[in-house]
Amino acid sequence: MSLSQIYSLLNTILPFEWLGYDFMKNAFLAVLLITPIFGILGTVIVNNRMAFFSDALGHGAFTGIAIGSVIGIIQPIWSAVVFSVAFSVLITLIKNKTKTSTDTVIGVFSSAAIALGVVLVTSGSISYNSYLVGDLLSISPLEVGILLILAVVIVVLWILFYNKVLLVSVNISLARSRGINTMAVELAFTAIIAVTVTLVIQWIGLLIINSLLVLPAAAARNVSTNARQYNVLTILISIVSGLIGLILSYYMDTATGATIVIVSAIIYFITLGLRKRFA
Amino acid sequence: MSEINARHREKCDVNKTCSGYCCTQIKDFSVRIGKTEILHDVNLHLHCGELTALIGPNGAGKSTLLKAILGEIKHEGSIVFAGSNGQNSAKPMVGYVPQQLEFDTAAPVSVKNLFTACMGRKPAFHSTSKELTKRISDCLARVQGEGLIDKRLGALSGGELQRVLLALALEPVPQLLLMDEPVSGVDRKGLEVFYEIVSHIREKYDLTIILVSHDLDLVKKHADRVVLLNRTVILNGPPDKVYSDKKLSETFGLTGLIDSSEEGE
Repeated sequence: MSLSQIYSLLNTILPFEWLGYDFMKNAFLAVLLITPIFGILGTVIVNNRMAFFSDALGHGAFTGIAIGSVIGIIQPIWSAVVFSVAFSVLITLIKNKTKTSTDTVIGVFSSAAIALGVVLVTSGSISYNSYLVGDLLSISPLEVGILLILAVVIVVLWILFYNKVLLVSVNISLARSRGINTMAVELAFTAIIAVTVTLVIQWIGLLIINSLLVLPAAAARNVSTNARQYNVLTILISIVSGLIGLILSYYMDTATGATIVIVSAIIYFITLGLRKRFA
Repeated sequence: MSEINARHREKCDVNKTCSGYCCTQIKDFSVRIGKTEILHDVNLHLHCGELTALIGPNGAGKSTLLKAILGEIKHEGSIVFAGSNGQNSAKPMVGYVPQQLEFDTAAPVSVKNLFTACMGRKPAFHSTSKELTKRISDCLARVQGEGLIDKRLGALSGGELQRVLLALALEPVPQLLLMDEPVSGVDRKGLEVFYEIVSHIREKYDLTIILVSHDLDLVKKHADRVVLLNRTVILNGPPDKVYSDKKLSETFGLTGLIDSSEEGE
């Protein structure tokens, strides 16, 4: 199916004003891909109490992009992927090897990474605003294609390794006693978050990318009692807030990523109010 | 010793899969963490179908010994499992019931999800097949926990959680079952039920069970063998012999009072 066919299909089934422009169609497709994968990753991040950790991975991604821009041989985004994966592996290993508390280790790495990133972008006078706030409406059809591949990979991994990840999230010793290589699971998972965050950061922005990961799962968790409800609700909340945020940002002329986060934050507070009924 | 063997052979007459020879040998176990020696020269020879209670004062290394057997902590020495049909293996299939499962009590994970994650091939968020649900119910039935299947893990009481973990450790049925009895969160009644279930399981499945225990009365009632541990094996034998030995009170302190509310090490 060619791009123009997809566009005309969208015009036929969703003849809305806000979907009139091609950039809105691209952004719409991107939201449909980004929000479910963020939802999926978010369920694990929230279950494993890794919200601070995933925030640090965002900072690593920013530094990676800065390094890539300074080196300038290849597209900065690919060197950023390499750097942020290395960064995530390093934090995970040190977190497991030292007795220092986890949040200290993450805090140290996170601030060191962001400082290095800021030094690099200011020395090279590279424009970095777009990485801080992000611009979803700038996404190109090719980039939507990359997102599609990423989404497929994550969904496949999610189905194959969900059970192991679930056991690790309940208790590491229990998972080990069931023969799971917990270190491998942890490393693989953090590397996947690193890759995803790095690829998406230019459209969502460093400042809010973590909220997009954490909020839908945190909201779903308030009203779920089992894994099925939790996963289904997270993905639903993620997609719905993504679409509402996209439409609102079009009419209010605001940054799309931030608008999406506000919508999911509102959903979070609603579920927080409902929480007691599901405890 | 011979008395235990005789009792064991008696059980083997009932259970035909058991030849009476299967056993687990722990040889020269030593554990050091940094410069501190936690355990030295622990030697134990445990028979199948036997419930061995591991007792000892606070910090004696009881939980450490279990973790060393599990391979979670580095140790010297070896463990050999000799199967009932004569084959030896260095790695017996081990089931483990931790002392305190530290987990997020708000987590949206049900008992069924936990079992599906361990037993099923499909991801646990997928709907569970009738067949698997039946298997999970059967597992829970072993510990009188049939009604717990749809409960959230965080909503279980201490005793219920312990039984669920026991059911999980029994699927698949291991050769060696290690249990670390919780020191808090389980009431007296729950503890008695737990001991009865464990006692029953030992007979039914012909397992070697090592139970770290803090309740000497229940140990006396249910254990086949009591091992008093304090950095190394101090006493090892049937409950009445160990209980009458004066080393027991010496180990637990001069007062002879046994602190049953001790913390885990």
